Amino acid sequence: MKEYVNTFLHYRFLLKELVKKGIKLKYRRSYLGIVWSLLEPLLTMMVLTIVFGTLFGNKDKTFPVYILTGRLMYSYFSSSTTRALKSVRANAGMIKKVYVPKYIYPLSSVLYNYVIFLISLIVLAIVSVVLGIQPTIYMLQIPVALILLLLLSYGFGMILSTIGVFFRDMEYLWSVALMIIMYTCAIFYYPSKLLKSGFSWILKFNPLYCTISIFRSAMFGEMMNMHYFAYALGFSVVSILIGMICFKKKQDEFILYI
Amino acid sequence: MGKPAVVVDNVSMKFNLSKEKVDNLKDYLIKFIKKEIKYNEFWALQNVNFEVQKGDRVGILGLNGAGKSTLLKVIAGVFKPTEGKVIRNGRLVPLLELGAGFDPQYTGRENIYLYGAMLGYSKKFIEEKFDEIVEFSELKEFIDVPIKNYSSGMKARLGFSIATLISPDILILDEVLSVGDAKFRKKSEKKVLSMFDKGVTVLFVSHSLQQVQRLCNKAMILEKGKLIAYGDIDEVSEKYEKMIE
Repeated sequence: MKEYVNTFLHYRFLLKELVKKGIKLKYRRSYLGIVWSLLEPLLTMMVLTIVFGTLFGNKDKTFPVYILTGRLMYSYFSSSTTRALKSVRANAGMIKKVYVPKYIYPLSSVLYNYVIFLISLIVLAIVSVVLGIQPTIYMLQIPVALILLLLLSYGFGMILSTIGVFFRDMEYLWSVALMIIMYTCAIFYYPSKLLKSGFSWILKFNPLYCTISIFRSAMFGEMMNMHYFAYALGFSVVSILIGMICFKKKQDEFILYI
Repeated sequence: MGKPAVVVDNVSMKFNLSKEKVDNLKDYLIKFIKKEIKYNEFWALQNVNFEVQKGDRVGILGLNGAGKSTLLKVIAGVFKPTEGKVIRNGRLVPLLELGAGFDPQYTGRENIYLYGAMLGYSKKFIEEKFDEIVEFSELKEFIDVPIKNYSSGMKARLGFSIATLISPDILILDEVLSVGDAKFRKKSEKKVLSMFDKGVTVLFVSHSLQQVQRLCNKAMILEKGKLIAYGDIDEVSEKYEKMIE
């Protein structure tokens, strides 16, 4: 255990460099650069609000905040897991040359997207203030949701990065899976109808929906649903454990496949 | 004599060469059901045993495909051996395929930090040595240009300059003394020789027997993954000359 901590500390700087590289390269050569991490969710929010709010006759003034919370969290989950899935192959050049603990690559993918995600939360703050969301004590629950989201993405990222080395098809399968996850996250619709129907399990067993729901509770001044919390936490921890075990077992074979 | 710098203990390395590369799920499932997944087992290294004492400079000789580069990668820790183990005592710097770890979109400056971090240097150390790296690589005008616009010689020069920044205890050289133009080659050989004087342990792969004789005091011959000779340079090179006749 002590050895693990020491190696991690030794490669801390590399992790930092990889995170920096991810952020820098994402927006390099675009004129607006990092501003896109604010502008992009804002624009998507507008489109979704127009389509699912105005056109569908939803008069709720805070609906854009509702959409934005779901959309930001989903898009972080989606981009970080997709990046992690490709991370080992993307860094093949390094892996073939120097010994570096390989979990650094999926970890850096998840982390650099997280930094961009945190920056994009500024948009949420601005939109909330503009639409008159009152700050409440319940907003202290926000970090809970943010940490859960990170854990969940890391767990999935580790599992996917292992599979991604051996089966390239996983990229395409995962993009389909992400679409299913998106539609079962209640990003741009209210879940009440679905929750009352016989299909409520679709939402309740979706850990990402549970996490988004906790975040929304925080934003709209409610206590979070403790069942969702327990479930999302349990799910994240289990997926991290599975991911670490798979990764550790298979990492020495990576080099033969990349 | 103290602890040996590198101990290679009964190392074997197996590769599965599948006849066709199966890397998508559909093919894999079809072949799995038909039981058609066949591998050609290929032992790149077989029961290799040796010790390298501190300060020894060992040349590794052998024909193409004898397992020389695989052996170096096993020692560098890039490959994990199928069987056996490698013990390294001291800081190891591998000079394998210089510049292959650079990010093409990153500038030279950014790549220095990235590559340095990969080799385990600290940020402070790289900052201190930054000018030295740039000067040695002779790339001052190009340092803020993305690496993708570099020539392969320029990349190799930058890679060499970063990797040789500190004197390691164990240096692994895979024919890298032939990077860049003649002028840089001379300079890099001089730098490596100056490391030799500091008592670094060297593992060196080359096809040129003269170069090995000039630089090394010990040598080994690999043939088809087996170690067939290991000892003083004169003895081994005599044997090697006979072998290649």
